[in-house]
Amino acid sequence: MSQNMNIMIVGVGGQGTLLTSRILGNLAIAQGYDVKVSEVHGMSQRGGSVVTYVKYGEKVYSPVISEGEADIILAFETLEAFRYIGYLKKDGKILINTQQIDPMPVITGAVRYPEGIIEKIKATGARVFEVDALAAAARAGNAKAVNVVMLGVLAAQTDIDKDKWLAAVEQTVPPKFLELNKKAFELGYSL
Amino acid sequence: MKKLMLGNEAVARGAYEAGVGVVSSYPGTPSTEITQEIAKYDEVYSEWAPNEKVALEVAIGASMVGVRAMSCMKHVGLNVAADPLFTASYTGVGGGLVVCVADDQGMHSSQNEQDSRLVAISSKVPMLEPSDSEECKEYVKQAFVLSEKYDTPMLIRLSTRVSHSQSLVEVGERKEHVPKDYVRDMAKNVMMPAMAMKRHHYVEKRLDDMRALAEDCPFNTVEKNSDKVGVICGGIAYQYAKEVFPDASFLKLGMINPMPSELILDFAKGVEKVYVIEELEPVIENHCKVLGIDVIGKSILPNIGEFSVAQIKKAVDGGETEKFTVSEAVPGRPPVMCAGCPHRSTFYVLKKLGLIISGDIGCYTLGALPPSSAMDFCVCMGASVGMAHGIEKARGREFGKKVVAVIGDSTFIHSGITGLIDIVYNKGNSTVIILDNSITGMTGHQDNPTTGYTIKGEPTKAVDLVLLCKACGIDRIVVADPFDLKGFEEVVREETAAVEPSVIIAQRPCILLKSAQMYPARVITDDCKNCKMCMRLGCPAISEKDGRPTIDATLCVGCGLCVRVCKFGAIRQDDSNLKRLAQGKE
Repeated sequence: MSQNMNIMIVGVGGQGTLLTSRILGNLAIAQGYDVKVSEVHGMSQRGGSVVTYVKYGEKVYSPVISEGEADIILAFETLEAFRYIGYLKKDGKILINTQQIDPMPVITGAVRYPEGIIEKIKATGARVFEVDALAAAARAGNAKAVNVVMLGVLAAQTDIDKDKWLAAVEQTVPPKFLELNKKAFELGYSL
Repeated sequence: MKKLMLGNEAVARGAYEAGVGVVSSYPGTPSTEITQEIAKYDEVYSEWAPNEKVALEVAIGASMVGVRAMSCMKHVGLNVAADPLFTASYTGVGGGLVVCVADDQGMHSSQNEQDSRLVAISSKVPMLEPSDSEECKEYVKQAFVLSEKYDTPMLIRLSTRVSHSQSLVEVGERKEHVPKDYVRDMAKNVMMPAMAMKRHHYVEKRLDDMRALAEDCPFNTVEKNSDKVGVICGGIAYQYAKEVFPDASFLKLGMINPMPSELILDFAKGVEKVYVIEELEPVIENHCKVLGIDVIGKSILPNIGEFSVAQIKKAVDGGETEKFTVSEAVPGRPPVMCAGCPHRSTFYVLKKLGLIISGDIGCYTLGALPPSSAMDFCVCMGASVGMAHGIEKARGREFGKKVVAVIGDSTFIHSGITGLIDIVYNKGNSTVIILDNSITGMTGHQDNPTTGYTIKGEPTKAVDLVLLCKACGIDRIVVADPFDLKGFEEVVREETAAVEPSVIIAQRPCILLKSAQMYPARVITDDCKNCKMCMRLGCPAISEKDGRPTIDATLCVGCGLCVRVCKFGAIRQDDSNLKRLAQGKE
């Protein structure tokens, strides 16, 4: 790999972006790469907009991804995809969970949730993959498994063996939730 | 073996491997995980102290008797611990003493953006600044060695992006540190004027010795590449700069106080143009300018916020990164109080009563955001109480009746208690509401002196807030449940009207605690008149679908606040959700 791989995971606090980034980090280590994973804790985790970055390659310097630098964006929520589309590389791709979670300014009626976000993102020329990860997560047994469904979708689009992905999931997820997450991954992988 | 580790985890590992014996800290984002990780090592004594000043004093005590000790805090916590720090700089150490301070460039979770490098300079305490997790581990280990060799506390400066980024770390073994026999040394350790004056001379000599070290040490490294451009930087800014200037020569300063002079002069001579890339204050830049080097730094980059690679690129050569743009404004997604958070009820009542609210630091600072928008002030840990008193003394008793201080249980113990003593002593009448949710919430659930458990989860005595306030001289103390809206409102009305100081303990555990009680989810029935009163609570479980409020059963914890504010009795228990409740929390 001549250039580093930059993956951004965006979502809402509580959607499991942190866990997803750690699975990706462990996957990249298993490939023998230098890896950096950046997270934000504290205030922004309280239902706010959450971003994590995973970068891997021969040598990674900045743990953070700048605008126009992401090869892949995994968006767990539609509005968050809209917010961070500027971070996608011109030849990158964005995987969007079609789920919508109203932010507080929408709940209070101060603003409206924008309509037709996915069409608007497509209109910019970005490569978009839509996924109903919420439905798949529900089929797996828990609506909160959206994150691992999305990971499965991503895995199916890479040339890294599925076994290696599953090994990274196994290594990262607490044993208690492993079965659920494996199921969610498989469902995402076959979407 | 190489392991992916958070910077904070690597700091803990470094201290562990260095044989640290005592670690005392107060939680604060982005520093918290260091001490949480330390607590997992059984060979190390660790604790949460009531505040950063006590934490550092505990570490100083351990150091004085020869044991390696550490204290960790966020940047604003170092202000609280500044008093012991500035004088521990004079006494020096017995066992190695390391103070980790995590700055928060970009203010991801802080009330200001101060640059702790300036504290290192003013306290004359040497400071190392790692730029990734491996360096975190290594620098902390080395800091213990330097601390003992130069008889000084050592500061380790972290930042959000170093503390909360994971990178690969080579894990080593712990080497036990054997303390020397304790011998009393008053000239060194009892800081009265005559002794302290001698120690001040020592401190200045020590700085000179360490300046010599800075000229040739493994922390300050030169990477010789192009002779056109040279970059001087340290910490996380090094990682950004390496991406912006792939061909430049670099002088990376891992020791930020004291800084070398000859090394910098030599480096600058070898390149045509020198950039200094540093977030916040121009600390390296000013040092270079004193040396007479013409560097480019704050003239093109701000001293506000955190940097990005794209931002530095643009500042250096005007280059814009190609990107996708959308023309419409994207609604913000500010953090919110959780569904079922007891603070929501508290702020609902305070807002309804139209009170002036002197706020404090914690999850409940979110009460300042819409739709509660119920906060007038928030300055620093513990300030709500003293400020409420100041307001009353400035504008008189009647004005003071419209004011309440709101402060969390952990924050009250941290530094609200002294404000309360001031109110009693100086005949104030303020009403202080202690939001007792039985945990330190915002930093991610740390135990504190009011919870009855230590950092290791061992049962211990819990501070009794009622007795404590009583002992301070407060006669009016009411324990109230904020979920009981009517009762709570009545209590607040009575206590603010009283012509004596009072404390209301708003008691209800954080909903995220395993011990917090959950109830069946609620559902909005056909009796709903669409007044949208429930939506004004700012509960993330309630949103609008097809023009009517609806409750998301996966988010609702059944706190019932919406039931109590609904004038039409249109919100009921959703029995179909009892199964989920029976499954318990994840």
